[in-house]
Amino acid sequence: MSILVNKDTKVICQGITGEQGTFHSRQMVAYGTKMVGGVTPGKGGTNVDGIPVFDTVGDAVKKTGANASVIYVPAGFAGDAIMEAVDAGIELVVCITEGIPVIDMVKVRRFMEGKKSRLVGPNCPGVITPDQCKIGIMPGHIHKAGTVGVVSRSGTLTYEAVDQLTRLGMGQSTCVGIGGDPVNGTNFIDVLELFQKDPGTDAIVMIGEIGGTAEEEAAEFIRKNVTKPVVGYIAGATAPKGKRMGHAGAIISGGKGTAEEKFEAMQKAGIKITRSTAEIGKSMMEALQKV
Amino acid sequence: MNIHEYQAKQILAKYGVSVPKGKIAFTPAEAEEASRDFLAEAGSVCVVKAQIHAGGRGKAGGVKLAKSREEAGNIAKELLGKVLVTHQTGPAGKEVKKVYVEEGCQIARELYVGLVVDRSTQRVVMMASTEGGVEIEEVAAKTPEKILKEFIDPAVGLIPFQGRKLAFGLGIDKSLVNKAVKFMTGLYNAFVASDASMAEINPLVITKGGDIIALDAKMSFDDNALFRHKDIEEMRDLDEEDPKEVAASRFNLNYVTLDGNIGCMVNGAGLAMATMDMIKLSGGNPANFLDVGGGANKEQVTAAFKLITSDPNVKGVLVNIFGGIMRCDIIAEGIIAAAKDVGLKVPLVVRLQGTNVEQGRKMLAESGLNLITAENMDEAAQKAVAAAKNA
Repeated sequence: MSILVNKDTKVICQGITGEQGTFHSRQMVAYGTKMVGGVTPGKGGTNVDGIPVFDTVGDAVKKTGANASVIYVPAGFAGDAIMEAVDAGIELVVCITEGIPVIDMVKVRRFMEGKKSRLVGPNCPGVITPDQCKIGIMPGHIHKAGTVGVVSRSGTLTYEAVDQLTRLGMGQSTCVGIGGDPVNGTNFIDVLELFQKDPGTDAIVMIGEIGGTAEEEAAEFIRKNVTKPVVGYIAGATAPKGKRMGHAGAIISGGKGTAEEKFEAMQKAGIKITRSTAEIGKSMMEALQKV
Repeated sequence: MNIHEYQAKQILAKYGVSVPKGKIAFTPAEAEEASRDFLAEAGSVCVVKAQIHAGGRGKAGGVKLAKSREEAGNIAKELLGKVLVTHQTGPAGKEVKKVYVEEGCQIARELYVGLVVDRSTQRVVMMASTEGGVEIEEVAAKTPEKILKEFIDPAVGLIPFQGRKLAFGLGIDKSLVNKAVKFMTGLYNAFVASDASMAEINPLVITKGGDIIALDAKMSFDDNALFRHKDIEEMRDLDEEDPKEVAASRFNLNYVTLDGNIGCMVNGAGLAMATMDMIKLSGGNPANFLDVGGGANKEQVTAAFKLITSDPNVKGVLVNIFGGIMRCDIIAEGIIAAAKDVGLKVPLVVRLQGTNVEQGRKMLAESGLNLITAENMDEAAQKAVAAAKNA
């Protein structure tokens, strides 16, 4: 089992005719993802490697039955693209685009209220259920099917953790990158809830970073609701205050959002924390041996 | 991106927020001249304010009253070129390069109004407090009940009743409540229209004459939205920023200067922070945060490498790449080009993993460069710390 995506997920790509969109659509097809279409306004009727291109997401859904979309549209237009996908009733919208203005995302979130779509991202690597479906930009070959769920705010740091798990023989049920922006679609708690319910997930790796209080809120949720073992790591223990560390959301402001506060909250919630990035895999192995 | 007080007031004025009249001055003579208009009436005063990108200027002696043109000139003379140290500048302080000369006012009450994007509710929140002139973080820590909040629906904007709730909550005289609402509406409109990430009026002043004005103003902006605000981008003051961070931004690299001696080059913000943390855990200190991004090219890698090695504090360099989209052979090509170009004067530890790793490692091995390789992150950090100690 898995969460969010599986072998039956039908995916379209918004921005498929752009350089990034074409490159990653090919990679996704190569991994085995069911890519059923693409959308670029004005290029409807053409195709990319035989994948039909439509003018609107509505057309694409009608013709292909797609239930997921991946967005590689430039930042200035990405908010619009997300809302178009939501309006067309796409169940899972994964936005890879980095650099979307925060005010645009505030409007997107308002637009999504009361609608059934789930947004993952923006500014994220995407979602992968190994050997079944890859929606995003992660290198597929480092993953292995298994029972560890991974949720993270960072891209390459997730690859690092997944690589360690795979090398130690622990495969993954699903890996979800929720992204590094301050206003995003899916948060830690949403994914933790899905992993807790998923019979195919036995344990969870949660990777946070400085900024905001999402990790503290997630820790509280875990304390109350998650019975599966959780290994936690927070990046940015050495980050200075008031400086944005690459991700728009990774900033300690007003003395709040430090790694120390987050580690503490995780520890209080019974999460097995590791302060060394190199030991995420090892910690998970220990956590699973205890069960 | 941050701007100066006088620039924030220019923006706010466009949206109907009342601000005192003022003029910017770069020399004492200009300050003296600027004060003329504000000292015309008998008994009037003007204020000379140091313009630096940091709060706490008043306490540090950067804001002074002048009763005559001569006095305004003398204060400007004293402030210009002076290094102000406030709780926000760090111990090194910041040099004052311009002063803002402003009309004085008769203060009856000092309040606080600010706007930020609240991450939990995903809305813009307006905060107000009777504790004007005090650091809001301090108020939040000691007396959080004194901060009033209104969360704003982006589809509707600040609704007048929300402004009234805040105004009555602050105990503003009922004859001035509508004026306060107009002020808050202007502030919210300016915030959203200019893609601000923070706007702070501290203090917001009620004058003895019954006016509501922004005596101080601080704004910062969402870097992601600057592409649609060329006018605001032009307000950027490079003198206020770290020169290495400015250089990095020209190559679209995310770079932050730190005070350690191990330079790092990493792909991805999370992994870059994790690499810094690993250096610290191994007993060393990182000299910088540097994320070359997911799709960096050879030129960016070369620029990044030059930037790191130009720091005289750097005694060793650690390159940590997990190739996803970023191919390890591209990184290897960049490192080789940069090292040949600028020379390799400090030990270089390279850890490559992921896409095309074998090819990247082979290129580095055959390059003839004297580098130390590592398989995983802890080994890489330990080797970098040891090498920097011996360098």
